[in-house]
Amino acid sequence: MLAKRIIPCLDVKNGRNVRGVHFSADRDAGDPVDLAQRYDIEGADELVFYDITASADGRAIVMDLVRKVSEQVFIPLTVGGGIRSFADVRTILKNGADKVSINSAHVHTPDIINETSESFGSQCIVAAVDVLRKRVDPEEHPEWEIYINGGRKATGINALEWIEELVFRGAGELVLNSIDADGTLEGYDIELNLEVSQKVNVPIVASGGAGSMEHIYEVLTHGRASAALAASIFHYGQHSIPEVKQFLNKRGVIVRL
Amino acid sequence: MIAIVDFGLGNLRSVEKAFEFLGVSAVIVENPRQVDSASHLVLPGDAAFGDAISKLRKGGWVECIERSIAAGKPFLGICVGLQLMFSKSLELGCHEGLGLFSGICERFQGSERVPHIGWNQISFENPSPLLNGISPGTYFYFVHSYCVHAAKSKAVLASTNYGIDFVSVVGSDGVFGVQFHPEKSQSGGLRLLKNFSRIN
Repeated sequence: MLAKRIIPCLDVKNGRNVRGVHFSADRDAGDPVDLAQRYDIEGADELVFYDITASADGRAIVMDLVRKVSEQVFIPLTVGGGIRSFADVRTILKNGADKVSINSAHVHTPDIINETSESFGSQCIVAAVDVLRKRVDPEEHPEWEIYINGGRKATGINALEWIEELVFRGAGELVLNSIDADGTLEGYDIELNLEVSQKVNVPIVASGGAGSMEHIYEVLTHGRASAALAASIFHYGQHSIPEVKQFLNKRGVIVRL
Repeated sequence: MIAIVDFGLGNLRSVEKAFEFLGVSAVIVENPRQVDSASHLVLPGDAAFGDAISKLRKGGWVECIERSIAAGKPFLGICVGLQLMFSKSLELGCHEGLGLFSGICERFQGSERVPHIGWNQISFENPSPLLNGISPGTYFYFVHSYCVHAAKSKAVLASTNYGIDFVSVVGSDGVFGVQFHPEKSQSGGLRLLKNFSRIN
């Protein structure tokens, strides 16, 4: 059976790992290479490096980091943040990343998904979306809107429709970042994950809001996500990966122990 | 020395680094002539089947692989590298493979999410030195949309279930293929690569 994945996310700024609340980075959570090695030993199923500076200097730092980590860590590595072009994707894959997570660029230039998935294969092209819930009547069907530029800029684009488009264009996996939930530690947006999982057939990675093991359990079961991405819960030692996996295993979720 | 075939597609560095980590000498080769001095051959691949086979043909790799296998050098295909070893693939058209094993590579059907991404277990079908020291049920990292249905055959060394049972390890007489990425599968994967390097 395919196991549900637990993925620690390292937000990297100026070579340090930082963690934000509602998308604004503020706390220093340590050296990313050390953290990556720790998570590998603990049994993380993948690692995500998110370059939140997204400048040329920031990119060079993240590439250096991926190269260092990939010498020692033999699990899949994903890199995201500030990817604008086909050339960016190629550079990242060449430096040892297994997957590239494309965010704002798929709104500005949607063809980037077609071009990169045709050349490198859908399996390494992850489309990440930052979405905010629209305030609709509680009786009505919920709606979400796509935001870009680190969750700062609204686009007016309906998230569920855009996600279908991204999959049609060749995205092999989706990361659903809930801006409402990010950094709150109050739980993933379960409804969002469930809605998307019913609409498309690619694996879904839930992101934003993990504050407890129960939250991870909920999104992997009720939310039907294939994987759960989390940051704060792991970085600050609240829970270890084995602890989370044991908890899930006891509740009947298939995980790699 | 292990030669890792670079036919112009895929992330080869991680395969090379895994061998480096194990203390096994491995080099990425861009020209079939460089294979002559190698003891083992690895064919990795993160690519569409059609693109991969046409690049192998154009680059003179098909003859090189056949020559190397005929000379008794151990061979390992990884991911699309495994798929290329079979007779045919239906990925974006219909393409002839290397035909080292009989079988057709087809897209996953049914209700499971595609691509098959993540850690899944292998069940042993036939014993092989490639799987020495690896327990049944060990998890390996997979990422693919196409697979070869597992048939009862001595060459099928292990299968994996994802809606259907598919071939996750194939092999006979020193010629092997794995559908997962051993270079991304932590200790189980490293053990498999070490086993491969010791086959002669």
